[in-house]
Amino acid sequence: MNKLFHTLGLGFMVLLVVVLASCGGGSSTGGSNSSGGGNNLNIAFLPKAINNPYFDAAANGGKTAAGETKGSFKQVGPSTASASEQVTWINNLTEQHVNAIVVSANDPNALAPALKQAMGQGIKVVSYDSDVAPDARQVFIQQASPEDIGRIEVQVLGKELNYTGQIAILSAASTATNQNAWIGFMKDELSKSQYKGMSLVKIAYGNDDDQTSFNDTLNLLQAYPNLKGIISPTSVGIAAAARAIESVNKGGKVALTGLGTPNQMRKYVKDGSVPQFALWDPGKLGYLAYYAAAALVQGKITGKQGETFSAGTLGTKTIGANGVVLLGPPTVFDKTNIDQFNF
Amino acid sequence: MKQLRTLLSSWDALLVVLLLLAIILGTTLSPYFLTPFNVASLTKDLMEKAIMALPMTLIIIAGEIDLSVASTLGLASVVLGVTWNAGVPLWLGMVLVLIIGVAAGALNGLLVTRLGLPSLVVTLGTLALYRGLAYVVLKDQAVSNFPAAFTNFGFGSVPGTLIPWPFVVFLILALVFLGVLQWSWLGRQIYAVGNSKEAARFAGIRVANLKLGLFMLSGLLAALAGIIFTARFSSARPDNALGFELDVITIVLLGGVNIFGGRGTLIGVILSLFVIGAVRNALGLANISGDIQNIVVGSLLIFSVLGPNVAQSIREVLTHRRLAVGGVTKKE
Amino acid sequence: MTSTSKGLEEARTASPTSQSRLIRYVSRVRELGLLVVLLLIVVIVSVQVPSFLTVSNLEQILLAIAIIAIVAVGETLVVLTRNVDLSVGSMVGFAAFAAADLFKQQPGTNVLVAILVGCLLGLVLGAINGLIVTVGRVPAIIVTLGTLYVYRGLDFVVAGGTQVSASDVPDSYLSLATTKILGIPALLLFAAAIALIFAYLLHSTRYGRQLYAIGSNPEAARLVGIRSNVMVFSAFLLCGLLCGFAGVLWGARFATVDSTAASGLELQVIAAVVVGGVNIFGGSGTILGAVLGAIVLGTVDDALNLLKLSQFWLQAIDGMAILVAVTLDAFITHWLQRALITRRQK
Repeated sequence: MNKLFHTLGLGFMVLLVVVLASCGGGSSTGGSNSSGGGNNLNIAFLPKAINNPYFDAAANGGKTAAGETKGSFKQVGPSTASASEQVTWINNLTEQHVNAIVVSANDPNALAPALKQAMGQGIKVVSYDSDVAPDARQVFIQQASPEDIGRIEVQVLGKELNYTGQIAILSAASTATNQNAWIGFMKDELSKSQYKGMSLVKIAYGNDDDQTSFNDTLNLLQAYPNLKGIISPTSVGIAAAARAIESVNKGGKVALTGLGTPNQMRKYVKDGSVPQFALWDPGKLGYLAYYAAAALVQGKITGKQGETFSAGTLGTKTIGANGVVLLGPPTVFDKTNIDQFNF
Repeated sequence: MKQLRTLLSSWDALLVVLLLLAIILGTTLSPYFLTPFNVASLTKDLMEKAIMALPMTLIIIAGEIDLSVASTLGLASVVLGVTWNAGVPLWLGMVLVLIIGVAAGALNGLLVTRLGLPSLVVTLGTLALYRGLAYVVLKDQAVSNFPAAFTNFGFGSVPGTLIPWPFVVFLILALVFLGVLQWSWLGRQIYAVGNSKEAARFAGIRVANLKLGLFMLSGLLAALAGIIFTARFSSARPDNALGFELDVITIVLLGGVNIFGGRGTLIGVILSLFVIGAVRNALGLANISGDIQNIVVGSLLIFSVLGPNVAQSIREVLTHRRLAVGGVTKKE
Repeated sequence: MTSTSKGLEEARTASPTSQSRLIRYVSRVRELGLLVVLLLIVVIVSVQVPSFLTVSNLEQILLAIAIIAIVAVGETLVVLTRNVDLSVGSMVGFAAFAAADLFKQQPGTNVLVAILVGCLLGLVLGAINGLIVTVGRVPAIIVTLGTLYVYRGLDFVVAGGTQVSASDVPDSYLSLATTKILGIPALLLFAAAIALIFAYLLHSTRYGRQLYAIGSNPEAARLVGIRSNVMVFSAFLLCGLLCGFAGVLWGARFATVDSTAASGLELQVIAAVVVGGVNIFGGSGTILGAVLGAIVLGTVDDALNLLKLSQFWLQAIDGMAILVAVTLDAFITHWLQRALITRRQK
């Protein structure tokens, strides 16, 4: 009896090797049902992490676009902002032969091999919010120019602090493309002469995790008792920082600004501890990303500079250099307009 | 003895059934499950765990356990990234990493054999320590600019076929381990130690040295898995392979290796390897996230020990009932 | 009756007291050692960073480890019986989400109801652990490694990728952590109360004595008639209950809860318990020790931050602490056994 199953087991292994050996290396065994054209729009969104209200808002935009284009929409992703888990999901989606993957990257390079394999199978790749290596995607939907975002953050905080004091940055994942682009411009803005009374003492990485960001803020307040302001260009980070500052009764004494969602920040805008913060409309970002992906799948664009495509209610969009499509300028939220938004 | 053999062979039968069930699950959930491309992909995802499962089998048969394998993998990956970034040639970095793996295993082995500490707690501590060291070395950075040849080794296949390169590595290792465990004197020593440490020692087996060697082997192979993982993802990060130890231990226990030591075969482990791999792949194709997949794997882990216990209890109850009915008393 | 047999009788009647006295003496020494380490850290850090010794900083340290301390009490009960519970992090996270989500799904829920739900969930999860360990005869490490992932996965199914934010829960819930009574945050008072209650349970009741007996000598305990299965089950049950309550407090403190809450907590809890002198072989250790262990590790964390050293050392330190503490305790157990044998021979 034992021998029989041992032989079965060995036989299974041999079978596996034979099967894999006999199939020619590389692509398409049924991989090209993706360019079926027309109504086959099986598009999947892969955000940095899925339990994040900002990405949920973007997904809603994508769903709207799917309804308008009569395509299908689904969102998958890891529960923590992990690049290797995103790779696993990319492989899953590749094996499912979706038509397009719309991804926001935790790490621009780690996702590249898997994305390139997907593209090799005929799947279109659009990045949004946080870019991947340019040769691993066809189009990148950029929410706002990183320069605008970076500089506005520093300008807002500088004005609140009267241009003096120590500040810190509470970021997301240390490898996140968008974060590093913005931080680069923040540092450049800070180097201008009008900010010479301010100094950047630390950049903390909260990994888009609420608990980590909360503790990071507490740590910052402890380690730098003279800290006057924090910039947190991540909606998870700014929400956690606001609560952390409040929990040690420093609301109003330590200035906070960054990128946040109106629903999470409404209380702090109204009580004055976070007078201003910025964002864009993530719903529009998702909406535009879906339309771009659909246009690629339908063969209307290939990602080259100068091509145009129709993006529903957003009108016609033109692809810029490096396959980048800009959504628009960032929105600044404060007491006057915060009640107009619900996300 | 005969009852033992029937129990063992019925476990192998169960594994075959489970594998078939997993395949059925896969084909039901997705038409792409049985395509060669997917099978190759499934295999690729499995190889690091497979390589670590080989020495884990020997360790558990010998009556110990090693929870730190995934952390050793992570540490190895990170060191490889750091050395590569610093300009050290990749082959030298790999050698260094393998040495670190052996050292990590040696620490585990020494604490267990020389100080008599339970391997459970020691490897729980080193699980934290090695993962922690990985974070210290690389902070939360990542190294991703590895050369294409290296990435191809992890991600690509033998030219002209779909056989992933890491699978070739695993096959060679599996054959070696199979030979050692089933047909060599070393293998018999391992079984003996697992069955009774004291009896083994009286038979002249150097138990401490054997166990130390097994832990060092586990560390070595975990480091090798780290190299492969890094190549496959083209990325060295401290959180690489976080949580892999669950799968590795489940694979070994589900493969029929007894947690208390002394029993189990590599063939069973290899079968259960593909059961776990197929289940995860099938669920992934249905867009079921890793967290939910873990419910299945965690349950399989518990079942792999609970099942035989329950089976044994039932067997005992039936035997007693048979004896009572038959009026046979156990007077010898 | 010869003089030797009389001597033997005396020795037999005298030794239990001196045995337990010796064990308690060792525990006291262990705890004292922890206090010395704590003092050392405090001195070293406050010399370099004077803001370390402020009330607000000390309060921060205690707040940061309060939840860990509560869970550590439960883990102590389990470890005393020669088992371990790795699923505590998942149980806390699950209870945290269940409690917080209750407010989101049914606005206007009474805070007490949320506490009840969290505790009940913890109780059920702990009971499952306990059953599989006792009735199923599966080693605790395997069971709780499995349930660590199963419970986290179930949490994920229930949460469905959603998140409960601070704006979804009433202030009355958040105040569970933040209200100050006599100047001390409620969270700390909860932790202290739980520690005191369970310390009393362990050291001054028959239940506690039986728990120690099972851990130090299971065979003897069985012979004396202690129902070890029931006792072990109760330890897992209580651990689950405490995790449930800790989860409710977690939601109150952090206010934003999703399915990843409290991931990795188990490592911090086990480190605290082991560092605190609770012997991994079972049978010895105190609640005070476990709480001290949590405080020491929390102080190290704070020190790292104030000294502006890399936070990334934290997990490595937890690992090293486990290894050092277990090695130390192995030596102590060895020494203790030898001392008890010689004492019995006198």
